[in-house]
Amino acid sequence: MKDMPMIALTVNGAAAQLDAAPGRRLSEALRDGLGLTGTKVGCDAGDCGACTVLLDGEPVCACLTPVIRAEGAEVTTVEGLGAPMARLKTAFLRHGAAQCGICTPGMLIAAAALLSRPGTPDRSEVEAALGGVLCRCTGYAKIIDAVLDAAGSTPQTEAPAAPVSGAAVGARIERLDGAPKVEGTEIYGADYAPRGALWVRAIRSPHFAARFSFGDLDAFAAETGLQVFTAADIPGQNIYGTIPPFADQPALGVDVVRMRGEAVALVAGDKPAVEALDPDSFPVTWHSAPELLDTPAARAPDAPRLHEARQDNILIAGLVHHGDPAAGFAAAAHVAEGEAETPYVEHAYIEPEAGAAWLDGDTLVIQACTQAPVMDRDDTARILGLPPERVRIIPSATGGGFGSKLDLSVQPLIGLVVLKTGQPARMTYSRRESMTSTTKRHPARMRARIAADAGGRLTAMEFDGDFNTGAYASWGPTVAVRVPVHASGPYSIPHYHAEARAVHTNGPVSGAFRGFGVPQAAILQETLFDELALKSGLDRLAFRRLNALPEGGTSVCGQELHGVGIGPCLDALKPRWDAALAEAAAFNAAHQGRKRGVGVASCWYGCGNTALPNPSTIRLGLTPQGRLMLHQGATDIGQGSNTVITQICADALGLPVDAFELVGPDTALTLDCGKTSASRQTVVTGNAALLAGRALRARILALTNMGEGARIALAPGAVTVTDGTQTRRIDLAELAADARGYALAVEETYDPPTETLDENGQGIPYAVYGYGAHLAEVEVDLALGTVRVHRLTAAHDLGRVINPLLAEGQIEGGVAQGLGLALMEEYIPGRTENLHDYLIPTVGDMPRIDTLLIETPDPEGPFGAKGLGEHALIPTAPAILNAIRDACGARVTKLPALPHRVLAAMREAG
Amino acid sequence: MSLYLRPGNLQEALDGLSRAPAVIAAGCTDLFPATERPALGGPVLDITAIAALRGIAETADGWRIGATTTWTDIARADLPPGFDMLKQAAREVGSTQIQNAGTLAGNLCNASPAADGVPPLLALDAAVEMACATGSRRMPLSDFITGPRATALRPGELLTAVHIPQAAGQGASRFLKLGARKYLVISIAMVAARIVVDDGGRAAHVALAVGACGPVATRLPGVERALTGLPLRDLTGAIDADAVAAALSPIDDLRADAAYRRHAAAELLRRAVSGAVSEPEEALR
Ligand SMILES: Cc1cc2nc3c(=O)[nH]c(=O)nc-3n(C[C@H](O)[C@H](O)[C@H](O)COP(=O)(O)OP(=O)(O)OC[C@H]3O[C@@H](n4cnc5c(N)ncnc54)[C@H](O)[C@@H]3O)c2cc1C
Ligand code: FES
Ligand code: FES
Repeated sequence: MKDMPMIALTVNGAAAQLDAAPGRRLSEALRDGLGLTGTKVGCDAGDCGACTVLLDGEPVCACLTPVIRAEGAEVTTVEGLGAPMARLKTAFLRHGAAQCGICTPGMLIAAAALLSRPGTPDRSEVEAALGGVLCRCTGYAKIIDAVLDAAGSTPQTEAPAAPVSGAAVGARIERLDGAPKVEGTEIYGADYAPRGALWVRAIRSPHFAARFSFGDLDAFAAETGLQVFTAADIPGQNIYGTIPPFADQPALGVDVVRMRGEAVALVAGDKPAVEALDPDSFPVTWHSAPELLDTPAARAPDAPRLHEARQDNILIAGLVHHGDPAAGFAAAAHVAEGEAETPYVEHAYIEPEAGAAWLDGDTLVIQACTQAPVMDRDDTARILGLPPERVRIIPSATGGGFGSKLDLSVQPLIGLVVLKTGQPARMTYSRRESMTSTTKRHPARMRARIAADAGGRLTAMEFDGDFNTGAYASWGPTVAVRVPVHASGPYSIPHYHAEARAVHTNGPVSGAFRGFGVPQAAILQETLFDELALKSGLDRLAFRRLNALPEGGTSVCGQELHGVGIGPCLDALKPRWDAALAEAAAFNAAHQGRKRGVGVASCWYGCGNTALPNPSTIRLGLTPQGRLMLHQGATDIGQGSNTVITQICADALGLPVDAFELVGPDTALTLDCGKTSASRQTVVTGNAALLAGRALRARILALTNMGEGARIALAPGAVTVTDGTQTRRIDLAELAADARGYALAVEETYDPPTETLDENGQGIPYAVYGYGAHLAEVEVDLALGTVRVHRLTAAHDLGRVINPLLAEGQIEGGVAQGLGLALMEEYIPGRTENLHDYLIPTVGDMPRIDTLLIETPDPEGPFGAKGLGEHALIPTAPAILNAIRDACGARVTKLPALPHRVLAAMREAG
Repeated sequence: MSLYLRPGNLQEALDGLSRAPAVIAAGCTDLFPATERPALGGPVLDITAIAALRGIAETADGWRIGATTTWTDIARADLPPGFDMLKQAAREVGSTQIQNAGTLAGNLCNASPAADGVPPLLALDAAVEMACATGSRRMPLSDFITGPRATALRPGELLTAVHIPQAAGQGASRFLKLGARKYLVISIAMVAARIVVDDGGRAAHVALAVGACGPVATRLPGVERALTGLPLRDLTGAIDADAVAAALSPIDDLRADAAYRRHAAAELLRRAVSGAVSEPEEALR
């Protein structure tokens, strides 16, 4: 209604007028009305703080503020953090405090409120000031460091000098794509609004299992003025899945739904009209059916099948069998046996899925948050009946993914609306929609038995696990395969039998989440190791060291391993281990109601797809003007591949990092670099970048007839090559440019050499593995069962550290997610579909983290490098559980270790 | 477009409310999370422009805390030690952002069993003041909240203030909250304790309250009686877990089970009492 008065206010120092309903969320008004998309929306409920703005100098959640409250007031958003806060922003960049960057605006605003007060804040004041903003990537450590630095509370660190040619690898450089993240100008999925875009909303099932039928959709459309789309409108195959042979998920449900949150229809129209819709008024009738919510129910003999062809609701089973387990157990002196249960875990990235789509000629362009642009393109094309070339995926900046944004979300939905209407379309999931409809970590029910001889050497292990894969396949097959391969941990176990099944239920789809099932398996294996160490009379760290895979050792898949870094990781922890045990003993002698404990756990993780090809291709081009373009197709969801890949390429080519301009990712401009998952980008795309850098170098040296040791430099329109006293020059304009306009260009592909696994899971599943171990120090309140992790030391073997700053950030972030898994995270379908009831660690829950970076070069990795992304999370939870047991005897076998569970376990232990 | 009223004075608000029901909007930290819509559904009566509703004042017989006083206002206010527990609770509500917007009356009217403001206010013997177009009335806070999400507020009424009697400002006090993480967390259980010490070093007056352990937060008169008159060093030992448990009716939910809540409440009470009385002697009088 246009008779509404405009709301006058001051935004970032300038007078502004807002044409919005008085009760509209300020976040909406700023973003939609003023185009200030630096203010992020992660939950619309006050839980994430991404929308924090200053209202008359005080931080508030813009999503909870009716816009009328800002009338006559002064609002400051990230875009308005001017000169006085420049130091804060540079500190964020220098410390690596922004990874995906979606929380960064809220963090900066909350920090700015603190910094504008007199005095120099200490760490606890910084924590209190940032307590209302969640970050899922960083583990908060670098954010706190950055704020303390900007506040002058710690000595200001200077930006290190830019590394020279050949010194990029190993340099602690800031991320190359950081500036827009601290300026609030980064464009995430929800931030781009093509002119005239239709707003799209999905109608989703409130039931776990139901049949449904539609009423009069035409009448509904006529009455509401909205357009309606259902499965009947889908021109292609209405089925998708990340692993094509198992694809089983409809983009829009047909007659039945198998999970809560499954989409059955879309409505599209003007944003106000769609917003005004009450989804309950949509003409659909549900006939709910009994649901299967856990694996015992789903495997019961009389259980209905979710998918007709999948007997006993088993999607797939994975197996690794090595040696003679029966003989191994027979030879044992000590056996530890146990069970563990883990819940659904939500990725809880702060950016709910969002994107926009439009037509460019006859090409459907989709700009959305994602981890896997080429998979998105191919699956969306199949659903929409288009050839893949007619779909172009431009990944927007992605506000966290951790595995879930490998699967399709908005892409086929907005794509369908664009195809059907010819108009651009946009969609942003609500927090609840994101949590109900997207993937989770598999809940696991596991049993294991592990044996050692009298000297404490492992002789045999058996593992069996049911992994609740939810309603559709997604990455269930990967989990079922990865778990048996990794459930041994990085240890020599001569006799081994492990099975894992992915079992369908009507729960949310379980997909990829940092570690593909391996973190769950490690929880059981590493906690049983503590028991076995105690039984063997060995120190728990020494027990692990004794059994650690040696260089050249053989894995449970029969693979001979090289560049094995677990021993060095455990050795690196030894000094802190000794000190921590002594400190805990002293503390415990002096305290009654609280006890401290120390725990350790290891990890290993194969980088890349399991025994399947997963190539990456990098293009490097020099324009006639002398601009060096790196076509980098690996999506950087905050983990840093834009920076790391460039560092590798720079040293391979022999030019400094700042000589490069990044192109992409964009399926029209970059070649397939696969998905950002499986800790593969540094290794696989890194190797492609290494090859490309070397290839371009070779071309340049050949053209100038110079030797290997020559120095290359770029000049406007030219490349110069110097060797000793000789300098030669290539005038780039004189070379015939290729179809893309490059005077010189190379394209290189790398695919890690693996070998298929036989029926016993024997073979070469991965070319490269990374290793690590964490040492957790906790304090348990004996009367309340509360646990505080006060220190965590993480040793990780990276083979070669490409960028220590980014590596630390990955580790700290992994520790935070591992701590959440251990102590607080439990997704209960239908009950914790928001960030109020689903708890992830806040800034106040994190321990001091010390990172020890180990370099045991891998023969296959680029410059010896290994992957890290997923490794960082795996050992944290078992290390914490082991520390809890060390402190108070409680053996928590059902996660998370909430206070009531710890207390109950303590009582059971007596 | 639905109606949105934001009057500058109370009478206008009450008149509006007497004509037609409206959603009363204060800090909106409970209202907005309850909807996914981009705007508050109306009609809305926004009470945050009414200056008379905000702030803390000393009155002839105690203190008056206006309805729209925010948690930040409370945390920053200059108040006697009996209020320490309320200020501690204020600093534990959500986060700075939530404390800057969320109001005391909103916390009470929302009537969540886990509302952190309720136990300290119960232990401060608070009474609520309600007004409608034709008049106002008062009642003890313990009568005001009648169940989860249920209050004694009548249609046409606003909660205008909370009153704390003079005597309740006395004593030392402590609030303790137990949650599964540090910030932004709903209480598993929380307690408030206020103890007035006599000249002989004995507990002359004891006020204890527990929240999140039943449909509404509650005082523990039996336990309070058992503690009254005891020397300070005997107080914690006199908190009987069974007596505490008997006064509560917790449920199992995703945050904890009922048995744990009963147990934790007693333990938290012991700690709150001992925390309160281990303050320097002067603070206790
Ligand atoms: C992220 C987050 C964290 C939170 N953490 C906590 C916490 O730790 N502890 C806690 O106790 N609460 C917490 N809350 C809840 C909430 O912040 C508090 O209850 C707050 O005090 C509510 O006040 P408000 O002014 O925002 O209420 P509003 O949302 O404005 O109103 C709440 C209800 O009260 C009614 N109402 C408000 N004022 C009046 C009045 N004067 N007269 C009559 N009716 C009225 C409204 O109509 C509505 O029904 C949290 C909320 C969020 C979003
Ligand atoms: S969007 Fe406002 S707090 Fe999450
Ligand atoms: S950097 Fe904080 S959420 Fe990603």
